[in-house]
Amino acid sequence: MSLRRPAKDQPENFEFNSSSLEAAKIIISRYPKGKQQSAVMALLYIAQRQNNNWIPLAAMKYIAKFLDMPYIKVYEVATFYSMYNLSPVGKFFIQVCTTTPCMIRGAYELVQACKEKISKNESELSADKNCSWMEVECLGACVNAPMMQINDDYYEDLNKEKTLKILDKIIKGETPEPGSYRGRVNNEPENNRKTLLDLKNA
Amino acid sequence: MLKDQDRIFKNLYNDLGVDVKSSQKRGDWVNTKDITNKGRDWIISEIKESQLRGRGGAGFPTGLKWSFAPKEVGSRPHYLVINADESEPGTCKDRDILRFEPHKLIEGCLIASYAVQAHVCYIYIRGEYFIEGQKLQTAINEAYEKNLIGKNAAGTGWDLDIYIHYGAGAYICGEETALLESIEGKKGQPRLKPPFPALIGLYGCPTIINNVETIAVVPTILRRGGKWFSSLGREKNTGTKIFCISGNVNNPCNVEEEMSIPLKELIETHAGGVIGGWDNLQAVIPGGSSMPLIPKEKCETLKMDFDSLVSEKSGLGTAGVVVINKDQDIIKCMARIARFYKHESCGQCTPCREGSGWMWRMLERMAKGEASKDEVEMLGDVTKQIEGHTICAFGEGSSWPVQGLLRHFKDEVRKRNKFDPIVKENKNIPYLVDQHLLDKNA
Repeated sequence: MSLRRPAKDQPENFEFNSSSLEAAKIIISRYPKGKQQSAVMALLYIAQRQNNNWIPLAAMKYIAKFLDMPYIKVYEVATFYSMYNLSPVGKFFIQVCTTTPCMIRGAYELVQACKEKISKNESELSADKNCSWMEVECLGACVNAPMMQINDDYYEDLNKEKTLKILDKIIKGETPEPGSYRGRVNNEPENNRKTLLDLKNA
Repeated sequence: MLKDQDRIFKNLYNDLGVDVKSSQKRGDWVNTKDITNKGRDWIISEIKESQLRGRGGAGFPTGLKWSFAPKEVGSRPHYLVINADESEPGTCKDRDILRFEPHKLIEGCLIASYAVQAHVCYIYIRGEYFIEGQKLQTAINEAYEKNLIGKNAAGTGWDLDIYIHYGAGAYICGEETALLESIEGKKGQPRLKPPFPALIGLYGCPTIINNVETIAVVPTILRRGGKWFSSLGREKNTGTKIFCISGNVNNPCNVEEEMSIPLKELIETHAGGVIGGWDNLQAVIPGGSSMPLIPKEKCETLKMDFDSLVSEKSGLGTAGVVVINKDQDIIKCMARIARFYKHESCGQCTPCREGSGWMWRMLERMAKGEASKDEVEMLGDVTKQIEGHTICAFGEGSSWPVQGLLRHFKDEVRKRNKFDPIVKENKNIPYLVDQHLLDKNA
């Protein structure tokens, strides 16, 4: 288990804006009547997107009322799942996978790059308050190791130099192109493809 | 090597496009109606004949699972749930199906829903795969537009709605009952079985849960016949499988191959061999991080299927092959896996919640050579006390890799950790609060 605590500075109020409200209603309609509690995970995501990528306690209270469920149940869900950020993170939120398949291909070089460029410790905002990074568990792109996720996008087949370049771009406020950084197509074996060749050339 | 025409996922590398039209050219959504017209019993018996086993890790026969669904729909509706919470380190096959072969999955959902009489299907995708989920949603929208799902889906007379539910970074939600809890909007903590989900599952209703790859191969099996599928591989380990080869190989990749392919062929042919040559191989994790590793000597002749790996005291799991060469510190590799399990334990059962942390801390010290001699035995003892004493299979998943290390690399661990037991030497034990207890003069 991992220890997760809400941030100390909490905003007083939280309310869905109109687009969030609309999205929330669509989500609730996907579940059977009376089972609106199922929508809590999706609503927490909506709140997180609306609130600069983190969820304040006020949002949990709001969602509890919105779905007619006890506040503690929402709090439980928000603290259980690791993708809900309970304290502010950077506008660019960098997650470096360091689980074994990435580790043996040099994921800690990426961590080093983040330490040099962004902040000394993980989950700490950078000097310009725009970026933060953290080590995470397997992101499910093991054949593209080592890799990292920035907001929703995957950056694959990295090494330290390439990571430094990506981070430079992000610090400047640009969004670099996601995908493989060794120029390979998706998950195919580079320069060694032996299957489905007719289709490739077709 | 498997012939190209026998590969099910022809668009694994996205050479052909993902929309409905290009999928139809590959054979998806062609005469779906003819398949369902043959009836539920025919579909289930054909899947049974194909001997398809679940691709999510446990390898349970799919046809048998479907036959557990009640024959008549009572007062409670039936549900189909697709498990796309792919989080096992070393595995990234479902991601490629979600982004490049979504229509195989959606068509499979329709056929499976028809077979188990479900009108609603939820696809549970891990939260990190947000982009992949969006691509699947595009495909679902497209299928709705073309009347392939929705009311009277694809002309079959069956109504089906498919919804995506995103997870939020919890590995444990890949366990089927934890996944159901998560869809119900609770913490993902597994339920006790029985009752099995086939009778009491989502919202207390009969629910069939299958992995993405299992469902995606179903339409092709029914088109080409269960006999064709069971002619690949060997008895009880039939068909094709997407292998994910990662770690210290020259060309890490995903590749669809026949079941029972020799491991050496898989690595040498498709992944371009081990970095530093075959002799530089140290060990292989054959089926995702929770399966015990296999040392080099056994890799020479090893066949990749469920039964032959079980006889090596390992398992096929999700077929995520992680190759570790001699440049890596094997104890450190396992310590990192133990950290993964410590982080992902849901905290429901004490042996797992506490034990996973113990194993991690002990292995970290062993990697540095700071453990004492007797702790090596103690570590084995801890794994035995977790295994089999938990609600779900996470206990086994976290302790098997450690047991694998101790089974095959005990000498290495012992060589590095030569300290005598700390208590006898009367050293300070940093984690013992009551240091005064060690005072001999007391």
